[in-house]
Amino acid sequence: MFSRKKPSWLEQLVDRGFIRVTAVLASVVSLTVFGIFFTVGFQAIFQGDVSSLLPWNQDSIWQGIAAWNDEETFGVRWGAIPHFGLGFLANSSWNPVRNDYGALTPIYGTLMTSALALLLAVPLGVGTAIFLTEDFLPQKLRATIGFMVELLAAIPSVVLGLWAVAMLNSFLAVALPLHNYLGWLPFFATEPSGPNLAMASLILVVMLLPIITAISRDSLNQVPLELRQGAYAIGATRWTTIFQVLIPAAISGIVGGTMLALGRALGETMAVTMIIGNSMNLSASWFSPSSTIASLLANQFGEADDIQVSALYYAALVLIILTVLVNICAQIIVKRLALKYD
Amino acid sequence: MTSSPHSLSASRLHYNPYALRNVWNRAMNLLAGLFAFIAVLPLIVVILYVLYKGGGAITPAIFTELPPAPGLSEPMGMGNAIIGTIMVTGVAALVAIPIGVGGGIYLAEVAKKGWFAQSIRVGVNVLAGVPSIICGLFIYALVVNTRILWGESFSAMAGSFALAVLMLPTIVKTTDEGLKLVPQELRMGALGIGASRFTTITRVVLPAATSPIATGVVLGIARAAGETAPLIFTALFSPFWPDWLSGLGLLAPTATMSVQIYNFGIMPFAPQVELAWAASFILVVMILAANLLARWLARFSSL
Repeated sequence: MFSRKKPSWLEQLVDRGFIRVTAVLASVVSLTVFGIFFTVGFQAIFQGDVSSLLPWNQDSIWQGIAAWNDEETFGVRWGAIPHFGLGFLANSSWNPVRNDYGALTPIYGTLMTSALALLLAVPLGVGTAIFLTEDFLPQKLRATIGFMVELLAAIPSVVLGLWAVAMLNSFLAVALPLHNYLGWLPFFATEPSGPNLAMASLILVVMLLPIITAISRDSLNQVPLELRQGAYAIGATRWTTIFQVLIPAAISGIVGGTMLALGRALGETMAVTMIIGNSMNLSASWFSPSSTIASLLANQFGEADDIQVSALYYAALVLIILTVLVNICAQIIVKRLALKYD
Repeated sequence: MTSSPHSLSASRLHYNPYALRNVWNRAMNLLAGLFAFIAVLPLIVVILYVLYKGGGAITPAIFTELPPAPGLSEPMGMGNAIIGTIMVTGVAALVAIPIGVGGGIYLAEVAKKGWFAQSIRVGVNVLAGVPSIICGLFIYALVVNTRILWGESFSAMAGSFALAVLMLPTIVKTTDEGLKLVPQELRMGALGIGASRFTTITRVVLPAATSPIATGVVLGIARAAGETAPLIFTALFSPFWPDWLSGLGLLAPTATMSVQIYNFGIMPFAPQVELAWAASFILVVMILAANLLARWLARFSSL
């Protein structure tokens, strides 16, 4: 009655071909990641474009090495990494006239803006997440607020930058008294008079809030109801329960979300470039113009040539390594701290 | 044991509003509400500001004219940037969707475990964390600087590639997760009546997961449409209409709305700043619409 028919060769071919094609498409992702590290690294080590790796190209690196016309350079135009070495990270001068480049100022700016932004965004974001998971408001209203916070993440950063530029004067009016009364603190030492680091941090807060809120809210929602009921049953108040039971139970999501937000803050470009002032002078004051690695790239890459391009790629390499490390740490933390309720 | 000194009398159950823990509790309630208010405030202020400043600048000419030369106030339009954004984002989607969906199918259906699939999952996560300006530098080094596209340097196509790199991890992830939601019984049923893996995946599994995948794709495209950093060194900018003769406009530098906001927003000329606000308005409306569309699509999920 039943007969087992072998699939036709065409069917088998389509089947195998389809599997192969998906494998190739998937490996495009890995190739892209590899390509990003490779090209950025290449440009940081050598001057000239990537095609000079091809041996048959006119100004190929290999031909230069073969010709060996210079004892010191081996016939290769070396880029920023061989020129500046690790000293690049500790040098605060950025001088296109003397071709002396160091990334200390933007590295400091990147770390400082991100740290300040996190300092404000974490309490705000986690507080909002708690507010949205407790029963302060009816469920419908809370869902609406949650959706609105998520929409904030969808607003393009360049639009937030334009808004920040429009808000600058009101910010300066608020910041001036801070400088007048607390000017003896190094952070407030400069008189706020234009684009500055503090404003860039504030606009970063707006961008980080939705990330931290969304992830914290999800992990708070996943805490089993029994834990909360148990805490209430022994007479804990709402906030004792939150601080001693719910937050410890959801800590993996909260820390993970914070780390993801940090990764985003380190690499955020447009809004920061428009409001940070892009100064390459190192200053401890939050009210003075500064720059981040990303804003340096956005601002100078278009007009750079020769070794400056290579120096910018070196800075970009530092940025990629920073963000990738932060993202990997985030994933490890989430896995390590995740409590299992099975 | 007759009675313990700590026995609960009725009076002990009374709520004491002045007890420290209750005062603290109320104070924290207030603080959490305040934080939530502060978190929602920027969204409302930004959207109202964009609607107010940008909405006023919207005229029919915006869609049909070119931007004015610096210092002039005529004509007031940015038709080239609107076309540019649609063109660059559209081509990026055409590149990223097949690769992303294919990669997601591989991860969810073909190789769930094993070192190769795991390394691709790590790759997806790393790529999702790469700052968007780095995507621009990567494509600059690979495509623009080497003039690999028929000898052209800056081009709309290069911008599309940079945006495609940006969209890729979102699409792979949502496809992977959307396919995982499809019940195993559907696959077994299809394979059981003699369907090949190709037929099972394309005729049974993918249609069942269309809704979550479409949601992710729409959100990915919306995010890419507003991105600026990957475009400033790839698609560059242009004050003119796309040059239709060079590869249907794809092989020439192209204006996009996001780059226009960046370029015009910090100019000292009022008409340019006004155009920047108009572009913000159109972008924000487009992106809010895409988010609503994504929510609407998610409703059709049967999983």
